[in-house]
Amino acid sequence: MRRAMISRVADSVYWMSRYIERAENVARFVDVNQYLTLDLQVDEELQWNPMLEVSGDRAAFEAQYGGSDQESVIRFLAFDSQNPNSILSSLRSARDNARSVREVISSEAWRQINKMYHMVRSAADSGKVFEDPHSFLDEVKEGCHQVTGVTEATMSHDEAWHFLRLGRMLERADKTSRLLDVKYFLLLPSMDYVGTPYDKIQWAAVLKSASALEMYRKTYRRIDPKQIGRFLIFDNQFPRSIRFCLEAASISLHAISGSPLSTFDNKAERRLGRLCADIDFSDIEEVSQTGMHQYLDGIQIKLNRVGDAIFETYFSLAPAIVDGALHRGDS
Amino acid sequence: MGMNIENYRTEGFFDEMFSGDSVPREASDLLIKRLEDLSSEEIHFRQQAAEAALYQMGITFAVYGSEAAEEKIFPFDIIPRIVDGADWRPIEDGLKQRVTALNMFIDDIYHDQRILKEKVIPPELILSCAAFRPECVGVDPPNKVWCHISGVDLIRDGKGVFHVLEDNLRSPSGVSYVLENREVLKHTFPRVFGPSKVRPVEDYPNQLLHMLEELAPPMVDEPSVAVLTPGVYNSAYFEHSFLAKQMGVRLVEGRDLITQDGFVYARTTRGFEKIDVIYRRIDDDFLDPLAFRPDSMLGVPGIMESYRQGKVALANAPGCGVADDKAVYAYVPQIIRFYLDQEPIIPNVPTYVCWDDKDRRYVLEHIEELVVKAVNESGGYGMIIGPHATASERASFVEKIKANPRNYIGQPVLSLSRAPIIAGDRIEGRHVDLRPYILFGKDIYVLPGGLTRVALKKGSLVVNSSQGGGSKDTWVVDR
Repeated sequence: MRRAMISRVADSVYWMSRYIERAENVARFVDVNQYLTLDLQVDEELQWNPMLEVSGDRAAFEAQYGGSDQESVIRFLAFDSQNPNSILSSLRSARDNARSVREVISSEAWRQINKMYHMVRSAADSGKVFEDPHSFLDEVKEGCHQVTGVTEATMSHDEAWHFLRLGRMLERADKTSRLLDVKYFLLLPSMDYVGTPYDKIQWAAVLKSASALEMYRKTYRRIDPKQIGRFLIFDNQFPRSIRFCLEAASISLHAISGSPLSTFDNKAERRLGRLCADIDFSDIEEVSQTGMHQYLDGIQIKLNRVGDAIFETYFSLAPAIVDGALHRGDS
Repeated sequence: MGMNIENYRTEGFFDEMFSGDSVPREASDLLIKRLEDLSSEEIHFRQQAAEAALYQMGITFAVYGSEAAEEKIFPFDIIPRIVDGADWRPIEDGLKQRVTALNMFIDDIYHDQRILKEKVIPPELILSCAAFRPECVGVDPPNKVWCHISGVDLIRDGKGVFHVLEDNLRSPSGVSYVLENREVLKHTFPRVFGPSKVRPVEDYPNQLLHMLEELAPPMVDEPSVAVLTPGVYNSAYFEHSFLAKQMGVRLVEGRDLITQDGFVYARTTRGFEKIDVIYRRIDDDFLDPLAFRPDSMLGVPGIMESYRQGKVALANAPGCGVADDKAVYAYVPQIIRFYLDQEPIIPNVPTYVCWDDKDRRYVLEHIEELVVKAVNESGGYGMIIGPHATASERASFVEKIKANPRNYIGQPVLSLSRAPIIAGDRIEGRHVDLRPYILFGKDIYVLPGGLTRVALKKGSLVVNSSQGGGSKDTWVVDR
């Protein structure tokens, strides 16, 4: 039988992966948004405020920067080390976690994360990024994809790898739900835009923010807000739809415990299984009735509870329960 | 235009790679010729490529106090230090002889204390040693080996004679640099490396794992081995992680382990799993708050009791530091004669033990010409080099010696050998030492070569990385 992982190590592998995914998402959001500003003749602030809502850091930003002009927002989201969700902070956390598990991940994976962290850190010191944000953000996105690719190609698909995928998929599901939620409400600077060419551009941007525009077109062709909601929540083939992410997370969770997909071995599997079933048994009509915001809010709360259950099940084996559980894994 | 060695001067020092001004030793000939073929731009390019490789591998340390959390690699010079295979044999024999005798000594100290009863070493000197652990008296470690991994520091004097400077029997670090430096140098000088017949170092992790598995308690079929680290903030963390990875074993921290019914268990995602052998990179003091320092947050409560019961093996064995005290070091030649009835193959550096009245008087009278060291410190700390120290630094050491003579030794300032480094567009000699690594299991394995540390600052004798030292790859070549 394969060796189980040290709980602390599994925890770090999981978070390493979440932070990489987080960095990639922030880079993509910012990239799409700054591209969008080129098309839309609107107040800069109105265009950048939703960005801060997505990451949930608007209050922190305003306290520190005041006005949300493009350079301030990019600085805050990319380089601010006081902002725990900035690209730099995420990559630093990813790297700190990676460093504590170097014996478990492949050298190639470590090198890629290390290289990327140094790249972003030196970009933070040079002002060049503000001249050409796109090249920098693109490099971050590609770098993050390379981490995924490298772990896929150089690591055994063992427990560590499943913790990596579990972290990545839960983070991605969370980000897609936030993106959809925030954009749905705050995207349009004013109702006057509805039905105008700008409206189409905005919705296309939502899809781009999830790297979904091309794949969406292949399925639905025309830009339609309702279909976009359907695609990003329910599509079972697109790798950033909430459903797809949760199915993949569920497969990894079961691979870790070794229990079949249809059964439940622990609280984490039960909670995630229930969330997957919720999604399986609902559709976009139901979402419309409930209200998009309420629906997505519900998903986010349940995702957090899945995260808590994973922590309790795998990462926090406390000495207090030693007597009862000691011989569980000793074979 | 290639690198010019015409102006290379040995300046009266013993040089590892040149027998005289601009005259390479036979074993170094191939490499020096290659350096002459390469332009200085090309050499700088290779130096930079090597540094970039080390940086990307993350073999770095944090520069404290820098706002941007800057990181640097340990300085590295791409010219390898070359040791003639014929010169290596007596070193290997001498090291085996030394660790054999030291292990017999440690075992004796924790059992019959024959060497003390026969007054070869003054008993008070040993029993006053801070690293002597009464908790270990009567313990029988597997195969009667106490010090499984050592990294003995060697220096070469003005005549080219090797001496032992320190024994480093507790947690010698640096072997990861040997392996990583080698990896990098193969890319740096592929055309010299191939034909040079360099003895491989890559077998070290296998040898280490094999030795550790041999320590497992009897009846354990497939021993579970782990490396115990103080954590990511330890300066040697990279090495701990590196070795665990190379051996394919777990890297654990104290908080990952618990003891129950005398056994040691790791917290895993599938419950608790038993650990049989631990390569611990934590000092005795911090290993077990129940046995040693009660305030230790790094250790594992109860692990000493498990060890005494033979339910877990520890490498190196607790208590082995008693032979690593610098005052005890002075007696190693007597130790070798006493247990093995042999003359030491590698001599000690002459050492004055301040605990001894006559020696102390000599040290106090000659402090301006001696190196004075605290017996329990390492890494270039707790020492002064008399001729380079200020009058007030010397005065403060005089006070310290008088207050606690047991804690100090004195040694003459040696003229360390030199080896060439890249200095701008030429090569220049710098002082070096050598730390080979020795594994003591059922057999003794000596890693061919070891870590060459180099004082990169011109004229400096201090090779420690905390004080401007760097490292070099070390090639033991067969001709």
